[in-house]
Amino acid sequence: MITFQNVSKNYSCHEALTDINFKIAPQEFVSVVGRSGAGKSTVIKLLIGEERPTKGRIIVGQYDVGKLRPRDLPKLRRHVGTIFQDFRLLPSKTVFENISFALEVAGYPEREIPDIVMEVLDLVDLSGKERNFVNELSGGERQRVAIARAMVNKPDIIIADEPTGNLDPFNTVGIINLLTKINELGTTVILATHNKDIVDQLNRRVMVIENGRLVKDEKRGKYSVT
Amino acid sequence: MATTLYRILRHGLQNFWRQRLLSVATLIVMLLALLVFEWLIISSFIGGTALDAIQDKIDISVYFKTTIEEDKILDIQRTLQTLDEVKEVEYVSRQEALELFKERHKDDETISKALEELGDNPLSASLNIKAKNPEQYSVIATYLENDSLSEYIEKVDYRQNKVVIDRLTQIISLSKQAGLILIIVLTFAAVLVTFNTILLAIYSNKEEISIMRLVGASNFFIRGPYIVAGILYGTIAAIVGMIITTPIVLFISPHMKAFIPGMDLAGYFIHDLPLLFLYQLLFGIGIGVISSLIAIRKYLRI
Repeated sequence: MITFQNVSKNYSCHEALTDINFKIAPQEFVSVVGRSGAGKSTVIKLLIGEERPTKGRIIVGQYDVGKLRPRDLPKLRRHVGTIFQDFRLLPSKTVFENISFALEVAGYPEREIPDIVMEVLDLVDLSGKERNFVNELSGGERQRVAIARAMVNKPDIIIADEPTGNLDPFNTVGIINLLTKINELGTTVILATHNKDIVDQLNRRVMVIENGRLVKDEKRGKYSVT
Repeated sequence: MATTLYRILRHGLQNFWRQRLLSVATLIVMLLALLVFEWLIISSFIGGTALDAIQDKIDISVYFKTTIEEDKILDIQRTLQTLDEVKEVEYVSRQEALELFKERHKDDETISKALEELGDNPLSASLNIKAKNPEQYSVIATYLENDSLSEYIEKVDYRQNKVVIDRLTQIISLSKQAGLILIIVLTFAAVLVTFNTILLAIYSNKEEISIMRLVGASNFFIRGPYIVAGILYGTIAAIVGMIITTPIVLFISPHMKAFIPGMDLAGYFIHDLPLLFLYQLLFGIGIGVISSLIAIRKYLRI
């Protein structure tokens, strides 16, 4: 369960979010839409503890994110898989190592790691690419590595911030299908995007953020940014 | 815990190898810093030995009246040896002084003949006094000039040599101070350059560090590989530094001996090799680890 309770976030020069309230149940698929600068990325940053709320309370699973000590943040992040537009993969590591890194930091035993990584690589259709370095992959493949890494230690929640922003239409469909599949396997998915086609096709819950305010929250919504 | 340490070690070695160019560049800077540090130690030994050799040449000679009994002179020698300022007192009897004089002038017929004609030994017994520090000669000279001793003493050669002794004392003292300042300045410069190099190397990895944080890596897990790299830089640089320095020291040692008699640079180096290596290792690992910790601290706030 994710809860935003009267959450506001101020930066020195402006108010990024104002009095946001919502709840996301386990296994939901939610699209967060809005123009660039509307506040979508701030919501994501607050969810993974990269920023702290100026006001209000954020609960992610068992964690009160605003009150988490810096040294406890890694624990939250092991329960929340993140996917970004710029992939954020470790360039000096291979595909296998990028994915196994997430398991290593979570303390998985050494002998279990290869099987889990190969299983997840198979799920994102990247079997055979495990020895490649990141710079040897296409944009779509990189994003699938990022998804594999996000889901490898079976997180409760996956947060995707514009995951298709750098991809062509073909790869975009592939990534969204993958996220849908992950959601069907029981993981909560939060997708921040301004791709109208994706949101309309998904026909799932849509939250619209405008000027830092949550202006619409529909169970089966369409992309409707003014 | 053992698994975490094994993983940290593996990531550290992996990063070191995969970022070879960066590692080699950092290693070279670290090696230069260690060579500066190592040669400062060696130079300090050479300088110290040279200054000791000069210092050893300075002494005060006290010449006694020829009528004074040897036992009295030996009494005075024992008293002088109890002074805090005195390092050693050497007694040269009248007979020894004559033999030394003859030996020194054996090729000079005129002097040899003059001695034969004289028949008697005209030379005085003397005490050659060495002070612990050159600054202490004036104290010893003042002691020798007191009334209770002056009746036995023919001559003290301190006042004649005072200008030379003072000048040498000044040079020795200045050289020691300059050496110390040079060591501090160069060590500081070497530490600063190495620190900046490691800082830049880690700066180029700041994106990776932020990604590791996002994936849920703890600070310990992120820091670890960089500390491993710091230890590797220090260890490799210390070993390579020794490999470079050893043949140079062995080569220059005989040449140094010709300049400064009594200096055994190779002997000192081989005798203190484990200690020198340990100093280098500690210095290298110290800079490597501390620089890595300080540099990475900045990026762990992501």
